[in-house]
Amino acid sequence: MIPAAFEYHRPKDLDGVLSLLTEHGDEARVMAGGHSLIPMMKLRMADVPHLIDLQDVAGLTGISHSDNTIRLGAMVTQHDIIGDAKLAERAPILREAALQIADPQVRYMGTVGGNVANGDPGNDMPGLMQCLDAVFTLVGPEGTRDVPARDFYEAAYMTAREDDEVLTAVTIPVPRGGYAYEKQKRKIGDYATAAAAVQIVKDGGTCTAASIAMTNLSDTPVYSDAAGAALIGTSLDDAARAAAVAAMLGDIDPTEDNRGPVAFKIHVAGVILNRAIERAWARA
Amino acid sequence: MSKKMHIKLTVNGKPEEFLAEPRELLIYTLRERLNITGPHIGCETSHCGACTVTLNGKSVKACTMFVAQADGADVTTIEGIGGPDTLHPLQTAFKEHHGLQCGYCTPGMITRAMKLLEENPDPTEEEIRFGMAGNLCRCTGYQNIVKSIKAAASEMNAAGSSGREAAGSKKEVEAAE
Ligand SMILES: Cc1cc2nc3c(=O)[nH]c(=O)nc-3n(C[C@H](O)[C@H](O)[C@H](O)COP(=O)(O)OP(=O)(O)OC[C@H]3O[C@@H](n4cnc5c(N)ncnc54)[C@H](O)[C@@H]3O)c2cc1C
Ligand code: FES
Ligand code: FES
Repeated sequence: MIPAAFEYHRPKDLDGVLSLLTEHGDEARVMAGGHSLIPMMKLRMADVPHLIDLQDVAGLTGISHSDNTIRLGAMVTQHDIIGDAKLAERAPILREAALQIADPQVRYMGTVGGNVANGDPGNDMPGLMQCLDAVFTLVGPEGTRDVPARDFYEAAYMTAREDDEVLTAVTIPVPRGGYAYEKQKRKIGDYATAAAAVQIVKDGGTCTAASIAMTNLSDTPVYSDAAGAALIGTSLDDAARAAAVAAMLGDIDPTEDNRGPVAFKIHVAGVILNRAIERAWARA
Repeated sequence: MSKKMHIKLTVNGKPEEFLAEPRELLIYTLRERLNITGPHIGCETSHCGACTVTLNGKSVKACTMFVAQADGADVTTIEGIGGPDTLHPLQTAFKEHHGLQCGYCTPGMITRAMKLLEENPDPTEEEIRFGMAGNLCRCTGYQNIVKSIKAAASEMNAAGSSGREAAGSKKEVEAAE
């Protein structure tokens, strides 16, 4: 499992990254934790003549808080998320999701930026970030722009990010209400057969806001406006939950693979989403 | 062939310097270049944990890291944890509690367990299972591995001598299934 040869770069700042990306064009690619990219390079499904390691680039780490938002530097790892007490208090769904990604060793290396930029439908954070209505900050030679997570994913491995842009941060509005990240996998460390991210606001026994996204059930994450809307104004009785699940099942488009045939995935998606809604409601 | 890079590593406290292609995987650097054969290759696809080493304070799978990424890093392998005459409490516990059969997974298991106990010196059985989830064993059925780690933790806590860093005890379990 030897990847094709490459030239290795380890710039210290973003300007250094951008000038390498400009100089080498589509021969260059950035690497964060490498835990999606290196396996692809070993399989020679990714050929990267110029590998730009982001580990020393200033300004990409750290979690910062303001009154209404939380900003995660692109190089924040899943391990960092799990260990951050303030984050666990303000946005507990991030920790709950991170704990269900991969295994301990992978979580020390895998980054938020890499997980959301990768574009693999199996990654857990894209759906999570759609549920949270996150914004991704992209920096390129033309400057800086913000793209909502809900507009970022176009197809498997195809995103709104241009090849010469670097994702520098993920910013989320501080989530409100109850939460749940529910994931069905074949074994610990596996990608999802189906996973659901849910945030629900309850006011006097009635649902006043709901946000729902699912993972690995289409070639992009699936944020379903209709599923959330089906819960709003209800007291989350069986009929409301069934309506939300039906709305979501109308929006997913799973394909058969080694995690099972389509009918099984649709079934699992429904079970997982129902569980996630119940858990989020109980915590709301 | 790409250009070779000048690489510096500290492995088990010893400085190493050499020229290597950046694409060389750290596990091969350790095993074939530096003759440190404790970390094993089980799968080479990031799944089994047999190649686990500690790199700058993180448990990492050395088959999923380019030597270029590790340039400048501090690496600890099972060889740096204890030797035949200076067994670490984890090694003693694995021996006494039959935490191994063929032994292939053991260097990775112990290296990972060492880091786990640094972060959480008194883990529950559930926390051990969750914290060791990146390491596979085809022989033991895990029962005795968990027992060994628990025994080592008690031993180390009693002796207060693990050399562990300030204990940030992380409870990683509630979301684990
Ligand atoms: C055994 C195993 C199990 C796993 N299980 C799961 C799982 O259950 N759920 C899950 O979500 N993931 C899983 N992963 C993937 C893991 O979480 C990856 O670490 C993550 O997907 C990518 O993060 P990374 O930092 O390693 O990115 P890299 O591998 O370095 O990069 C991935 C891609 O994103 C690009 N990229 C990275 N950072 C940036 C940036 N800042 N700006 C622009 N582009 C960037 C790279 O060019 C590359 O194309 C697993 C991985 C392994 C090895
Ligand atoms: S050899 Fe590295 S994880 Fe299996
Ligand atoms: S003891 Fe044989 S693989 Fe674990």
